[in-house]
Amino acid sequence: MLSVIYALLFWAATAVLVAGLAARIRKYARTPAPLKIPTTPAPTTQGGVVLRMLREVVLFESLFKSNKWIWLFGWTFHMAMWLVLLRHLRYFVVDIPWWLAFVQPFGTYAGFAMLAGLAGLWARRFLVERIRYISSPSDHLMLALLVMIVGSGLMMRFVAHTDIVAVKVFMLGLMRLRIETLPSDPVLLVHLGGVAALMIVFPVSKLLHAPGLFFSPSRNQVDNPREQRHLAPWAAKLEGARDG
Amino acid sequence: MADGDIPKMDHPLDIPCLKHGAMEGLKPFQAAPEHQEKLGFPGELVPDWKERALEKMAELAEKNRAFQVYLDTCVKCGACTDKCHYFLGTGDPKNMPVARQDLLRSVYRRYFTFAGKYFPQLVGARDLTEEVLAEWYSYYHQCSECRRCSVFCPYGIDTAEITMAAREIMDSIGVGQKYSNEIIGKVKDIGNNLGLNPKALRATLEDLEEDLEDDTGISVRLPLDEQGADILLVTPSADFFAEPHIDGLLGYAKVFHEAGVSWTLSSYASEAANFGLFIGSYENMREIALRIRKAAQDLGVKRIIFGECGHAWRVAYSYLNTLAGPWDFLDPDYPVPQHILEFTWAEIQKGTLTLDKSRNDHIRLTYHDSCNVARASRMGDEPGGQFEIPRNVIRAVCNHYFDMPDETIREATLCCGGGGGLLTDDLMELRQKGASPRMTALQQTTEDHGVTHMAAICAICKTQFSKVMPAFGYEMDSVVSVHQLVSNAIILTGQDTGKDAFEEGTE
Repeated sequence: MLSVIYALLFWAATAVLVAGLAARIRKYARTPAPLKIPTTPAPTTQGGVVLRMLREVVLFESLFKSNKWIWLFGWTFHMAMWLVLLRHLRYFVVDIPWWLAFVQPFGTYAGFAMLAGLAGLWARRFLVERIRYISSPSDHLMLALLVMIVGSGLMMRFVAHTDIVAVKVFMLGLMRLRIETLPSDPVLLVHLGGVAALMIVFPVSKLLHAPGLFFSPSRNQVDNPREQRHLAPWAAKLEGARDG
Repeated sequence: MADGDIPKMDHPLDIPCLKHGAMEGLKPFQAAPEHQEKLGFPGELVPDWKERALEKMAELAEKNRAFQVYLDTCVKCGACTDKCHYFLGTGDPKNMPVARQDLLRSVYRRYFTFAGKYFPQLVGARDLTEEVLAEWYSYYHQCSECRRCSVFCPYGIDTAEITMAAREIMDSIGVGQKYSNEIIGKVKDIGNNLGLNPKALRATLEDLEEDLEDDTGISVRLPLDEQGADILLVTPSADFFAEPHIDGLLGYAKVFHEAGVSWTLSSYASEAANFGLFIGSYENMREIALRIRKAAQDLGVKRIIFGECGHAWRVAYSYLNTLAGPWDFLDPDYPVPQHILEFTWAEIQKGTLTLDKSRNDHIRLTYHDSCNVARASRMGDEPGGQFEIPRNVIRAVCNHYFDMPDETIREATLCCGGGGGLLTDDLMELRQKGASPRMTALQQTTEDHGVTHMAAICAICKTQFSKVMPAFGYEMDSVVSVHQLVSNAIILTGQDTGKDAFEEGTE
């Protein structure tokens, strides 16, 4: 019964995540940017823009310029998250390649870095007057959800082990549209429930910052307005009655 | 306003304690129906304003990717919270960029997002009410659209885009700001922000030609509507009458004279400023820009050069090609448009100008990077040319130059406090408080290097500073045009360089 509930939950969450994100990305991609608004100084070539985006995504360049504490906590959390996500690939592939085996210990301890980053970010929401002012309940809930996921994950790794072989069988089953038996450890259920919840809220929450960054005109536009005319389709329609 | 209200800052970027509601009551005068209608907006608040505001919001989200993406992506990290000069100067939390955005984002969430529709309290979503509208009117006229916050946002969220959208939404339901909308009307009727008609403009220019000849003994022309000239100069109309702007205009004229190029002003496009930008109206901005296209075609010029003006250069550099291009009828050897500083710097490099730097020795100078030039445009071929070229020209004409603290210049420059359609007396309290971070940086530079003057390349900056500087212990004329310094230093071919011919400053 439990296995069925979780299987359905994960299939639904995956569908919501994929369909929701796809719809959102399609919307961003189809909405024209009528004017050239890169925050300057900006790269003058497409290659330069790729580098600028890369620095934003990998190094959080703008955030670093802005506030070293937010950068430290935010960057630590996100980079650790990538390591943790990478490590979790082992539950979704039958044979584990060498690099996935190599990354396991890093991914494990990255969990603590993730937790530390989250704690720092959360503390700021209480301690810094300005950030307390701009925080909504959802901002706290999002942090709570992430802490819950990371905390339960670390619990299973270091305190209350679960049958990870069975978990892997369950996950591989889901990917083949089969329902295998999921261990009924409460910590595991909390962990997986949290992940499913995160997947479901992703397309309707501030987690949209992930795809949003790539569509931000102030960051992704090339600074070449004098060389190349930039015209949105709806703006082109205004041109009919000109130079008459 | 009493000087005592100006916050005393030890450092230009000192973060104030939150003063809730400190600037709540401040509202600029509202546009009269005639001014609204001239711009294609309803004259007064329409009865079904709420529905129409939401329709407009949806329309903007479909027409402008920035608006849509910026509404969705903010994570409330707080990186921008201490970046706005109006927040630093007033302490009002609604002047923090993210909080300013949230005034509109909260309404967007309520009506257009799943979370806001079903869990409004959870995500800070709220209904659009008269109170919300009043708050929009107040706080979206406390943003100078300077983009400082966008530099520091990890997603590049630009509050200026939200402010512009909010103003456009308000205009579309009949709630416009008098200052900006009245001025746009004047440009449409007469051709410039001042409402200076061609006859008055011609008389002004002739007077200036006489002054120039009196000063230098050389006949330097300020041509108007001259058919077949090579260069059309489009400059802010403040250059025709305000100090220190006018001294900059004389500088452009001297540079053109020495470069030996033929140039002209246009009475039809006698305005570089484009307040259509401030109210976020593509249509109005385009209409104003098209006047420049028509003037260039009618006069048969080969090049277009813009005078010193911040947002005007943004519209010119970043948008003119979009709004009024393509410019295939102009000389393809030159970028369209060019900035006067690009022209002057090229002439300095070529060696066509005879410059005597010592003529600016009475000045110890610093330079204020105007926000729209710094963060929304470029000069020259390299990114950052908008910082280097003005400094290069200044160093070529001035012996004593010192930068203000690094975190207050270049891309991190602080707004003058009067940009974005806020340069109006009914917002004087905001303008003074908003100027205090920049003024504090200037005071520091005065303490460290004995700086006496600050140069700017924006008509709004110049007017704003000459108005607010006395409250910070400087003379009104402590703000100077960059081309005023060029004008001081330049020795015209054939000019008598005896002591008598030169008087300190340019009167």
